[in-house]
This record gives sequence, structure tokens and C-alpha cells, in this order.
Amino acid sequence: MKIVPEISRRSITKLINDGKRADGRAFDERREIFIEPNIISKAEGSAKVTLGDTQVIVGVKPTIGEPFGDTPNLGVLMTNCELLPMAAPEFEPGPPSPESIELARVVDRGIRESQLVDLEKLCIEEGKKVWMLFIDLHVIDYDGNLFDAANLAVMAALLNTKLPTATYVDEEVVLDEENLIDLPVVDKLALSTFVKIGNGMVLDPSLEEEEILDARITIGVTQEGNHVCSMQKGGEKPLTRDEVLDAVHMAFTTKEDLLQHLE
Amino acid sequence: MFFITSNDRKLRDDGRAYDEIRPIKIEAGVLKRADGSAYLEFGGNKILASVYGPRESYIRRLLKPNTGVIRVRYNMAPFSVDDRKRPGPDRRSTEISKIAADALRPALMLEQFPRSMVDVSIEIIEAEGGTRCAGITAAAVALADAGIPMKDIVVGCAAGKVNDEVVLDLSEKEDKEGQADVPIAIMPRTGEITLLQADGNLTEEEFEEALDLAMEGCRQIAKIQEDALKRRYGVEM
Repeated sequence: MKIVPEISRRSITKLINDGKRADGRAFDERREIFIEPNIISKAEGSAKVTLGDTQVIVGVKPTIGEPFGDTPNLGVLMTNCELLPMAAPEFEPGPPSPESIELARVVDRGIRESQLVDLEKLCIEEGKKVWMLFIDLHVIDYDGNLFDAANLAVMAALLNTKLPTATYVDEEVVLDEENLIDLPVVDKLALSTFVKIGNGMVLDPSLEEEEILDARITIGVTQEGNHVCSMQKGGEKPLTRDEVLDAVHMAFTTKEDLLQHLE
Repeated sequence: MFFITSNDRKLRDDGRAYDEIRPIKIEAGVLKRADGSAYLEFGGNKILASVYGPRESYIRRLLKPNTGVIRVRYNMAPFSVDDRKRPGPDRRSTEISKIAADALRPALMLEQFPRSMVDVSIEIIEAEGGTRCAGITAAAVALADAGIPMKDIVVGCAAGKVNDEVVLDLSEKEDKEGQADVPIAIMPRTGEITLLQADGNLTEEEFEEALDLAMEGCRQIAKIQEDALKRRYGVEM
């Protein structure tokens, strides 16, 4: 547990109560975003996202496997996250921490629930063989708001993922590596994280804001569907109904601004 | 335009001469939180290295009252190779972590920091043969970037045998098809070797040739490390 000097907690809180942020951003303003797609030639899909000084690398690797019994005609998505020890002094090697599991699951839930990947098209032979997509999140520099950075990186990686054409012949899957098809991505998800500090709710928390947050809320909104698809609250303090609704509203109004980076 | 190389041996699969290293690029100071960091591209390898410390050793059993200790974690990203690698340490990465720590330790003046710990992390983002040497090369730049007192830089490079020829810096394909691989790391100022492994089949003469070739490769790469650090700290070149 990191000890935040009381003095910086007070100064940040006071600024927010006065309608300002330590780095001069508006409450609904994100830090600078850079997306580099296709940075790993050995991965079928990949991207690096920089959000402020937070950096996340995502790689997508497909394998062929068997579908789950209750969804014999659907492909499988699996999201895994590593908070690498290089990303922050407090991150330790070893089995995944609760924080990294939460991050992976929130990102996974957004993609899954929004149905932005057409899983039916990932079925090769019903009940027998389907594509399984492994989405591996690598956090390499932690400067706050991993949720949004990770989701954006996953979106960018999925949008450039290409799979070999697979056909099922004589009980076997035949892959045609010459003819690649784009992963069927039918929508985009904007994930927005807000934190409550003092009397204010701010978008895209910086590290220093995240360290003193009272409460955190992450909201996933689809571009085409225009739906809320996922939500996650964190932090030790509660949020009021109005605070939640304000955050959801802001998630919708800032959605396009975020997703334009994927063009 | 044609270049006539200094030798009459035949070119390799990727068009390199026997004593030619793959294209290399190093950048120091690429991560904000880490005390020191470096990014390296070497052929198809993409590697990040970070350093935290010297900081107080919170692992009692590693603490040494008279000197600091170095810990290295070498890790391959699941997407760094053709068939997804299962996340987490395996026997290979555990071994490489250990020899990388041994390779870097001699250059560090950790006696100045008793009871402390230096954590080095080597992350293989994309692998294309020779990751352990390239990882050590990147980690050394990150250690210098962290401002840890060092006697010298540490630099790694491999030589090996492919098609009965001793060649410098094996690519992934050459490593798979080749007959031998000799990865080394040195401190270039004195030429002292801090890492040495070998596998495959080499005669005594071939080994000597490989070692000399690898050391020559190391010296070339050390120049690139130096340039990266000078660029980072705005020194005129």
C-alpha cells in the first residue's frame, strides 16, 4: 500500500472542489491518446496504446479448440492481463493480483457483453471446432486509468486481427494461411473511467488522482448499438444515483471523441 | 547498388555476411515510472527492460548486509512467438533470469548500497532468436539510465554454426536449423566475459572462432548502447 502524503491529497481535493484539476484538464477531458496498431508481426492482431504516460500492449493469438457444451456454435474469447513489474514499483511478479484479474475481467466483459465480435463466425464446425481468441494485455507503464487504456488497446488489436481461412474436412481442420480474413468486428466499445474526489467526478484519472480516489466507476458504451454494455464500480466510498447517472451521461457524450482514435 | 563484403564466404539466408549483425536500435528512458528503462529492436526482436532501485530489500532472505543484490525477471509475452506461450515463468525463463542477473552483476558497484535490491525486468515483446543476449543488452542500458554506478556497460551477442560455417548473431531460423549457438555477454572496456553458454557441435577451433566473432559483435553493439545513452542525456555526438 502506497502512502500518499496528506498534503497532496488535500491540494488535489481542494482543486477539484474549485472546479480545477492538477494537470489543468477539464473534468471530462482525457489525456493524449496514441494508438500504434500492428506492432507485433507474430501476433495475428496487436496494438500499443499510450494514454498520458500509461502504456499498454495487447496481442491477439488465435488457436483452434472445442466449443463450450452450452454454446456449440460460438467461438471463444479469453482475456488475460499481466501487470508487469516494469510498469510500477509496487507491481510484483507472481500469480495475478486481484487488480490484474479485475482489469482483465472488466475488459473481457465489455467485449463479450457488447457482442462486438461476431462469435458465430468463429465457429468452424458446430459442436466440434471453433476459433479461440486469446487476448493478452501487457501493462508496461502505469500512470493511471488502466481500464480505458487496456480497452482501447484491445479494440485496436481486434480491429486489425486477421485469421487464416479454416475449413472442416474429414474430421480435421484445414487452415489456409494464404487467405486471411478480417476478424468479424461488428461494433466498437468505448470504456470510460471516472473517479470521485471531493465533490467532483473526473474522467480519465491520472495516477495521482487514482491514488486518492473516493470512488471509481467504469462504463462501457457501444458506438453503433449506443448501449451501456458493462460497468464496474471500485473504491471505498459510495456514489450517489446522480453521480452514477452523470457519469453514464458523460460516457455517452465523450464516446465519439474516444473512438475516433480507432479510425 | 552492390556491396562487396570483406569475405569470400557465401551470404546467409537473410543476405547477411558471416560477420554481420542484424539491424539494431536502442532507445533509453522509454518508461515513466521505472527508475531506468530501455527499448531495443534487434532483427525481429522487440524487447523492453526496466530497472527499479536500488531500493530497500523487502525480501529478508535476499538481503545482504554488506552489499546490494540484483534480481532479474526475464519474461516472454504470450504473443511474442508463433504459438502462444503460456504466461508466467517456465524452466527456461527461470534459468535465463538467473544467468542474466549473473551477467549484469559484475558491472554494478552495488557495494555502495548495502541491504538494497535492484530489480531488473526484461520483457520480450516479440522474439526472433537471441533474446537472452538482446535482453541483457537492453537491461544494461536501463541500468545505466537508472543512474546506478557501473564499472562498464554489459553487452550480449551470440555466434553459432550454420551450414558448417561459424557466423555471428543467429536469426531465429538459423538458430532452429543451425548446428551450434554460443551466446555471450561481455564488459567491452576490459573484454571480460560475464555470460557464456554454448549448445550444439563445435570443434575447438570453431568455438574459438565463434567466441571471437561474438565478442566483436558485442563491441559493435556496445557503440549503439553508448549512442542511446548519449542521446538520452543530450550529449553531443
